[in-house]
Amino acid sequence: MASVREIKRRIKSVKNISQVTRAMQMIAASRMRRAQEQALASRPYAAKSWEILMHFAAQGTNVEQLHPLLASRETVKNVGIILITADKGLAGGYNGNVIRKTTRYMQSEGHEDASIVAVGKKGRDFMLRFGRKVIAEFTDMPPRPTSFDVAPIARLAVDGFLKGEFDEVHLAYTDFVNTLTQVPTIRLLLPIKPGADQLSDVMRDYISDTKPMTKAPYIYEPDPTTLLDAILPNLTEVQIYQAVLEARASEESARMVAMRNATENAKELIGDLTLTYNKARQAAITKEMLDIAGGAEALAQAS
Amino acid sequence: MATFRLEIVTIEGKVFDEEVNMVVAPGVEGVMGILPRHAPLLTRLHFGELQIKKDGQADQFYAVGGGVMEVQGSQVIVLADSAEHVDEIDIARAEEARQRAEERLAQASKDQLDFDRAEAALRRSANRIKLARRHRQRGGYGVQTPDGR
Repeated sequence: MASVREIKRRIKSVKNISQVTRAMQMIAASRMRRAQEQALASRPYAAKSWEILMHFAAQGTNVEQLHPLLASRETVKNVGIILITADKGLAGGYNGNVIRKTTRYMQSEGHEDASIVAVGKKGRDFMLRFGRKVIAEFTDMPPRPTSFDVAPIARLAVDGFLKGEFDEVHLAYTDFVNTLTQVPTIRLLLPIKPGADQLSDVMRDYISDTKPMTKAPYIYEPDPTTLLDAILPNLTEVQIYQAVLEARASEESARMVAMRNATENAKELIGDLTLTYNKARQAAITKEMLDIAGGAEALAQAS
Repeated sequence: MATFRLEIVTIEGKVFDEEVNMVVAPGVEGVMGILPRHAPLLTRLHFGELQIKKDGQADQFYAVGGGVMEVQGSQVIVLADSAEHVDEIDIARAEEARQRAEERLAQASKDQLDFDRAEAALRRSANRIKLARRHRQRGGYGVQTPDGR
């Protein structure tokens, strides 16, 4: 059995760690609340803009020809993946899950050479370590990202797609369901394919109707192409923005839960160690008393 | 009187979601009034004032900073880049935002996209200030003026 002093030292260090994890849990909890609010607040906007696009798509037969961002390519050779992870670790399986999902996807679809746009340091570091093609990185996003922060990412995706550098752009991020559940998700960002399958599960609740209520032809002001020119890049940006917010809410939730577990584990460990400590102390005392008693006995017999 | 459902949504959340009788919106090709049973329509919106009419209630005004409006069936969706009820506009804050936007505009002249964004921000804040001033001068919302607006 370890010595009494050794056990005492371990208890102290575990206690210190639990204080740190508890502090981190508190910080994550307050950030989580803000991030969740923000993610939930912008969901209706993202969902409604998608709904409008679906109504638009249900109108014409040749939707793909209306705008280059809607046109799918016959052969998909160059794929871009926007990978949204955290800048920091200590968030349980959060970073690992979305990265694993992405690498599996790259393997199964044969897109091993996909160009990665890394949002967040963890994803960037992982992809670089495994020799993937990281073409751009966006790190140190502010805690409350605005559409200003996301605009360059959207511009990179849209420009790259229009120039033919990408035949498809995918978005890999973590969907926020609730504090305990976050789902790593990969979905197609470009070309924009109006249809419910491009929508994530959490967003589906916000869509009231995907089919237009009337069959009458739409009036467009200005003409459809100009209108789409204005809406589509914006829609892409909104999708990325929403993904960043979902990811942020997921990250802080995952971190909060991970740190809470760590604090609880530490508490349990302290309990176990205290028990061992007391036992060891007891044993030491008993042994000492036996020594004294034995010594006294020996003295008594000798005299 | 017949009604339709009007939803005004911004990136920061849902601003308005009620049954209304009429909405007057600033379309890019002119101000348009939408009544129930309007033909399906999809349009971009300009910076300006969005007026909502409801039976038995004073008109409500929102300052919108551009966006998209879809009319179809008994539902109208306004996806606004920004939307505030005129009574909720904080003029002092809007002034600050305008100054910031002006500074940014002066700096951002090199990059087209930054320039567009700064310009949009400037127009949004100017629109906000203009509408807030106008509605306050009349004694605020709720007071019907002789011209019926």
